[in-house]
Amino acid sequence: MARLPPQTRLAIRGVTKRFMADDDEIEALARVDLTILEGEFVCLIGASGCGKSTLLRIVAGFEEPTAGEVLIDRKPVTCPGSDRGMVFQDYALFPWMTVKQNIGFGPRQRQLPRREVEEIAGEFVRLVGLERFADRYPSQLSGGMKQRVAIARVLANNANVLLMDEPFGALDALTREQLQQELLQIWARTRVTIIFVTHSVEEAVLLADRVLVMSAGPGRIENDIAIDLPRPRDVSSPEFNSVRRDVARRLTSHIAPAHALAPAGR
Amino acid sequence: MSENVTALGEPAQAPAAARRRRRAFEALQAVALGAGFPILLVFLWHLAVIQTGTRLIPSPRQVGVMMYDFAFGGVYDDAFSATILTHIGKSMQRVYGGFFLAALIGIPLGLMIGRIKLLRHLLDPTISLLRPIPVTAWLPLSMIFFGLGPNAAIFLVFLGAFYPILLNTIFGVRSVDARLFEAAAMLGCSGSAMFRQVVFPAALPAIVNGLRIAHGFAWILIVVGEMTGVPTGLGAVIMDGRTLSRTDLVVTGMIVIGALGFLTDRIIVMISNRLLRWSPQHHG
Repeated sequence: MARLPPQTRLAIRGVTKRFMADDDEIEALARVDLTILEGEFVCLIGASGCGKSTLLRIVAGFEEPTAGEVLIDRKPVTCPGSDRGMVFQDYALFPWMTVKQNIGFGPRQRQLPRREVEEIAGEFVRLVGLERFADRYPSQLSGGMKQRVAIARVLANNANVLLMDEPFGALDALTREQLQQELLQIWARTRVTIIFVTHSVEEAVLLADRVLVMSAGPGRIENDIAIDLPRPRDVSSPEFNSVRRDVARRLTSHIAPAHALAPAGR
Repeated sequence: MSENVTALGEPAQAPAAARRRRRAFEALQAVALGAGFPILLVFLWHLAVIQTGTRLIPSPRQVGVMMYDFAFGGVYDDAFSATILTHIGKSMQRVYGGFFLAALIGIPLGLMIGRIKLLRHLLDPTISLLRPIPVTAWLPLSMIFFGLGPNAAIFLVFLGAFYPILLNTIFGVRSVDARLFEAAAMLGCSGSAMFRQVVFPAALPAIVNGLRIAHGFAWILIVVGEMTGVPTGLGAVIMDGRTLSRTDLVVTGMIVIGALGFLTDRIIVMISNRLLRWSPQHHG
């Protein structure tokens, strides 16, 4: 095993992924090498089909890489585990459990005493501001509230790597903005490491320390861009827009190589 | 000040009261229609018997008398007088013996077949082969297996209830969003805890549907089951009525089975609404 620099939380070493579809073998991911530090907020951005979700699912342990390995705190990932928490776009809450029961699900698996499970669940219900809805079922919540529950559910389980697969993609613009701010606050408070998949350039530049631009056929990481803008970030500032334009240009140059030289306002 | 409050309060209350009245009227109307139609059918039956002058079909009045005698005795004072509770008790024992046995085997087996591919490949073809065989075709074999007695009836009820429970459970597990299992695994849930805490509740709406269908079949099959030479039970009463050419007894047995099936179905619906109150698809 290669010696890892200090503070490395997640290391992806030579990971590739091939699928069998009918009789064709599809190369979803070419070789990916990546190191993510403790407490970093990394956004993966790219066109659909570039393998960004596949990469996230491999890190989560839902899928095995064809070659290579994923290390979390120097230990190889072999199966889903409570150190990594996935937040799905469609929430994946347990519909038969209340908000509080959903959030307490992870602690309950650890065989903690009932009172302790209650305490932890209550604490994380408060963290995402859902005290008034603690005894509601998911079907009685709005999309934004459901996604808050999903985030609280993985945090309550002591996950120190948050894997987010287009978590705000199904929400309306206002709710999305609000949740982006709440996520940044939660991140600032808990210092979890976040890998966030999105296809919105603005969202990536607003949230991330680093934006990884992926391209398809087969999926690979083309650019690794550090976002040095101070926080809180102002989406209407000229500095923000210049970074956003830069990321968007690199993204579109991979999506449509034929138009790479055409003026930006296609 | 107080005038203001009432002035604001009145218009809000009046429509609410009117809504309540309309809902009450609608509920009453539903009951009147639902009960009125069977009463109309009984009346038509009465007219038809009088019109044709048949001796083969009893009139509603004769059935009513028979029902009274079956329940309380004092009219014919024969072997069937005041025996209704014995027969109901025996039939329910067999219906629920078979039904619960089917649920006890069908639900866990269905959960496992739905989740474990190897088991599905092992058992699915066999189940598909056995399922189309009508339960009544098992009658001769079940009498050889279990002899003349209640066990053969329980076996037939079990067979009839087993497949709907099994297939609905498998279907329920298969149609659960795979992400729920991923989410549970990521939160540290595995093995038997996964079955208890995730697979079972996630499949519960389909399982409950299966139980309800199976419960209906169980009551249907009790007559067939009790043809196997048992002395008591509502099916046996109907068979006795047939051999004695007492159609009033036959119809009485039919009505008792219908009423019991209806009442117990309502109980199942009540329990399932309580269990599935989280599901927006299960209301009322």
